[in-house]
Amino acid sequence: MLAAAFSDFMQQVVSGLASGGIYALLALALVIIHRSTGVINFAQGEMALLSTYIAWTLTFNHGWSYWPAFVATLAISFAGGIGIHRVVIRPVERGSLLRIVIVTIGLLVAINGFVVWQWSGEPQQLQSPFGTETYDIGGVVVSAHDIGTIAVAVGIVLLLWGLFQFTKVGLALRATAVNPEEARLVGVRVTWMLALGWGLAALLGAVAGMLTAPTVGLDPNMMAAVLIYAFAAAVLGGVDSPIGAVVGGLLIGVLLNLLSYLSQYGAFDWFTEELRLPMALLVILGVLLVRPQGIFGRPAVKRV
Amino acid sequence: MSPRVQRIIGFVAFAGFVAFVAVLPSFVSDFKAREYSYVAIYLIALLGLNILTGYTGQISLGHGAFMAIGGYTTAILMAGNEQFGGPISGGMKDLWTLPIAGLVAGLAGLAFGFPALRLSGLYLALATFAIAVAMPSTVKRFEEFTGGGTGIQLFGSPELTGTISNVDILGRSLTPNDWMYYLAWSIAIVAFAVAWLILRGRTGRAFRAVRDSETAAVSSGVSLARYKTLAFGVSAAYAGVAGGLFAIASAFVNPDTFPIALSIFLLVGIVVGGLGGLSGLVFGAIFVYFLPLWAQGADLGSLLPDRIIEETQKPGGPAIVYGIVLILLMFVLPNGVGGLFRRIGQLITSRRYSRSK
Repeated sequence: MLAAAFSDFMQQVVSGLASGGIYALLALALVIIHRSTGVINFAQGEMALLSTYIAWTLTFNHGWSYWPAFVATLAISFAGGIGIHRVVIRPVERGSLLRIVIVTIGLLVAINGFVVWQWSGEPQQLQSPFGTETYDIGGVVVSAHDIGTIAVAVGIVLLLWGLFQFTKVGLALRATAVNPEEARLVGVRVTWMLALGWGLAALLGAVAGMLTAPTVGLDPNMMAAVLIYAFAAAVLGGVDSPIGAVVGGLLIGVLLNLLSYLSQYGAFDWFTEELRLPMALLVILGVLLVRPQGIFGRPAVKRV
Repeated sequence: MSPRVQRIIGFVAFAGFVAFVAVLPSFVSDFKAREYSYVAIYLIALLGLNILTGYTGQISLGHGAFMAIGGYTTAILMAGNEQFGGPISGGMKDLWTLPIAGLVAGLAGLAFGFPALRLSGLYLALATFAIAVAMPSTVKRFEEFTGGGTGIQLFGSPELTGTISNVDILGRSLTPNDWMYYLAWSIAIVAFAVAWLILRGRTGRAFRAVRDSETAAVSSGVSLARYKTLAFGVSAAYAGVAGGLFAIASAFVNPDTFPIALSIFLLVGIVVGGLGGLSGLVFGAIFVYFLPLWAQGADLGSLLPDRIIEETQKPGGPAIVYGIVLILLMFVLPNGVGGLFRRIGQLITSRRYSRSK
């Protein structure tokens, strides 16, 4: 009994880490944009949705095999992110907060509309590249898709870290985030760096979307909840901290799964699946109240 | 123009508007009257949101959730005992549920306004957005009160409402649609007057001070905690009344009655109406109600080629148009339609001023 409960527990942790990895990727996208542009992109989830539909149509309607479609989708998303920044975001970047928020909301509405218009609201299936097998590791049953998701998430995070830490572009990106004016003075092309940030964010979103679709099914509302979990992850880790986004994402994923697990065994029996989203909201509110800068963030100091 | 002349013009315009609203149903079809009652409902919600966002500078992306609280309060009170074994037997008449809907939503607003004190700008937008997204699933969780995904039908007892049979009032018999129209617009006009009274005096000045600079407001003795929470409460109470009316007008509530899109519409409405002004909100309400219909190409007729009209009528098409219009609006009219009118007004008056000099 206890052994069964334990392996059940470990299963929940592993699948929590897998969904947490997805939240981490999307949270990372939010953090990259927030660090460089000071904007929270409410359209981040829908951008990811659009990318996922592109991957789906490439494999389903055009007969591509998975990995070429994956790479092509990443390229298209990257270009799309840059395009969105140049066309839609730049004109309002220096405007009031409300204007920027509304523009990203406009994007959210328009992209979601486009997806419904182009591919209808019917749920679709996007296959998992890792197959549907499950493995038994010491009594803990884990699915190949979960392991693959964790691997891809870790891989992407490492790649991104390498890009920011060890390349010239990464240095320019960090300089832009820290101080755009001074970065411009030393010859960084700040506008392009901001656009690049949007491109990277779109790319991360695309990965998150493509990893989400096989388990929950592809439909136009797929990313709405994931976006809220990613918000919670970003806030928990600190909206300016990339490491925070990753840790926050994993924590949220595991936390939600553990709550469902515990509610099966009598503890927290008020918790039902419907309460996953409200829980994320509670995390957001709780963190903002207790430690607004998040786990890894630095408190914002305002000069008056 | 002296402030006094401006005030007189304002009163005349307001009286003219009230008269216009009063006679409008005689000139339009019964069905149109019902459509216009939704404009009034949006106007009430926009007045509330504008107190919070336009005057006090606190962004809320979740006002649909406060409307939902009001809507569900009305629905639960009207449905009464039979459905839920609740404390109110036999249900309540629709009209009397509205003050309670406002009160409950207002208390919820105060409760949320308290933690919201520590959030500013983007974080507040984010937290309120999360509220709006989390609302439907919370409603589904507490099925025993809210009817879960099926929701609540309001017309279990027809005598409780004026929205399915003719209503005799002041010696006139009103059709259900006209009744809804007058009910919504009477409340909207009172709400407008109340908002004006709140905002013109000391409280309104404190709100604006908080919006323009929190630091300056504090150093002039304005209590941030008090006025921000107050703004949240008042604003949510407005949303609650609007939500109650919305429930009555649609005759049922379920989790999809108050989707996240509603919260977005409201924010769009105050931006179009021009933040920090009251009269522009009428345009905001008209815009919010009619743009989705207009985006379906229904009224465009021969303006656009048939092919485009056909495309925009496919599912999803209206949303595309809506989103794009929203973005373009932010490019072209950062201060909304109300801001545009204010600007034109300023141009005219300033020219006249300089000429008379």
